Amino acid sequence: MQGRPQDPASHRRQRVSGKKTMKILVPVKRVVDYNIKVRPKADGTGVETAGLKMSMNPFDEIAVEEALRLREKGAATEVVAVSIGVQQAQDTLRTAMAMGADRAILVLTEESPEPLAVAKILKAIVERETPDLVILGKQAIDDDMNATGQMLAGLLGWPQGTFASKVELADGRAEVAREVDGGTEVVSIALPAIVTADLRLNEPRYASLPNIMKAKKKPLETLQASDLGVDTTRRLTVVSVAEPPARKAGVKVGSVEELVEKLRNEAKVI
Amino acid sequence: MTVLVFVETEAGHVRQASRSAIAAASKLGEVHALVVGDAASVGAGAEAAAKIPGVTKVLKAGSDALAHTLAEPLADLLVSLAGDYSHIVAAASSVGKNVLPRAAALLDVQPIPDVLDIVDADTFVRPIYAGNALATVKSADAKKVLTIRATSFDPAPAEGGSASIEDAAAPAAGDTSRFVSAETPTSDRPELESARVIVSGGRGLQNGENFKTVLEPLADKLGAAIGASRVAVDSGYVPNDYQVGQTGKIVAPELYIAVGISGAIQHLAGMKDSKVIVAINKDEDAPIFQVADYGLVGDLFDVVPKLAAAL
Repeated sequence: MQGRPQDPASHRRQRVSGKKTMKILVPVKRVVDYNIKVRPKADGTGVETAGLKMSMNPFDEIAVEEALRLREKGAATEVVAVSIGVQQAQDTLRTAMAMGADRAILVLTEESPEPLAVAKILKAIVERETPDLVILGKQAIDDDMNATGQMLAGLLGWPQGTFASKVELADGRAEVAREVDGGTEVVSIALPAIVTADLRLNEPRYASLPNIMKAKKKPLETLQASDLGVDTTRRLTVVSVAEPPARKAGVKVGSVEELVEKLRNEAKVI
Repeated sequence: MTVLVFVETEAGHVRQASRSAIAAASKLGEVHALVVGDAASVGAGAEAAAKIPGVTKVLKAGSDALAHTLAEPLADLLVSLAGDYSHIVAAASSVGKNVLPRAAALLDVQPIPDVLDIVDADTFVRPIYAGNALATVKSADAKKVLTIRATSFDPAPAEGGSASIEDAAAPAAGDTSRFVSAETPTSDRPELESARVIVSGGRGLQNGENFKTVLEPLADKLGAAIGASRVAVDSGYVPNDYQVGQTGKIVAPELYIAVGISGAIQHLAGMKDSKVIVAINKDEDAPIFQVADYGLVGDLFDVVPKLAAAL
């Protein structure tokens, strides 16, 4: 637990006395563990996920970690994790609380909704919780959409700092360094705002056993998506899911000379 | 059907990825291009876009608010222009990925990111699970919002067209989102996304200095861009914009030389569509050899200087 105070609660109270509260909401998604290579189902209707190990989306772990670090620095007072999906998503929320989130909200849906529906559900949660900042992973490693944070920002009319590699809060604004195609860009956005986490924002902590035990007693509220008045009808129908065209392994060459000869005369690329 | 393509320009040129987006959009219908920038430079970008064959009209919006392609004013602009367009399209660049989902939400549309292939006006192929599966999805939305994976569509030519140019009303600058600074190192090398040849380094390079002393001479000989694996970037050997992979840049050059890269799934997702792949690695069981056309098992510090000398 690097840099974690011995008694985080009393530490926070001390920092907060005389200051307004600052709440961070962190949406987390339950996905197939990143170490597992998924395969399309034989009938092409989706990917085979039955029986596979599920974990928190790695970008969301980074988002949780960033929220916790902001709280530990005294820049935030409360971290609330929220997940949208099936009942088992509560495991992902317990993980977030074992890392250090204060409490959690599970919004039950029958399957994993699309980013548009997720953003609408999150908007309803934001309106209930009134956080100052929402930090999300930049994309989920299952559908690779990279859309929910931007869409939530749009629906709320909030500014967005996406693909963040550094976040600093001061004077009611967030200064966000963003990973962009040409290098790095820094934007300053007024709170409340949306930040999405890129890989190099931080290295998430592991939950310790005592904290895993403690997380079991932290509050977890469960809601139905329908209670929030959100239509989760899918806009995209999956027509088919297939393996990408396989690339054949080529040949091993024995020397630099042979490599150069092949590139010149066989592949004709140099 | 008319398609609105958000086109990125740089110093009076249309970025290659945007020309690929135009090529993709041309399969759907007539193409109008939106070019934005500060008031002084937007004209040159609009003229470059007007020369691209297939573009029939260029909308140009120049204002301080749009100078740095911030998502908030740009999404508002796209929504204000969306009108009768059947599709709104951009390259799946860091700008396209930042802006289009926001605009889609404002239009109540589920966006379709990273399109690899267009089946028909409603149906698109896109990668999921880091490219380990390809999903064909059909959209029920009246208007489609797409980002295009540039490596899957040959770019439209830069010259040959003569579209009309019209002004679009530019949004005013707000204070909720401000551009502060950008660190965009310039280099004489080609850009990764448009390079014909890429030399990429991984953990095997051991440090940043070896990128300079070992990889650069080879890249110089080949006129190549330099890329890196995630490990090399995370270890601080090179800056983040070098990263090739699922969460970095997606590339498909004619020749990709992977040096000291083991070939993690997330790296392969970014380069496996290259025409010819060469792998140089001392571990003969490295997964990179499973996708390489030519594999050379050996010590990169011995092999790479020899290769540079032989070219």
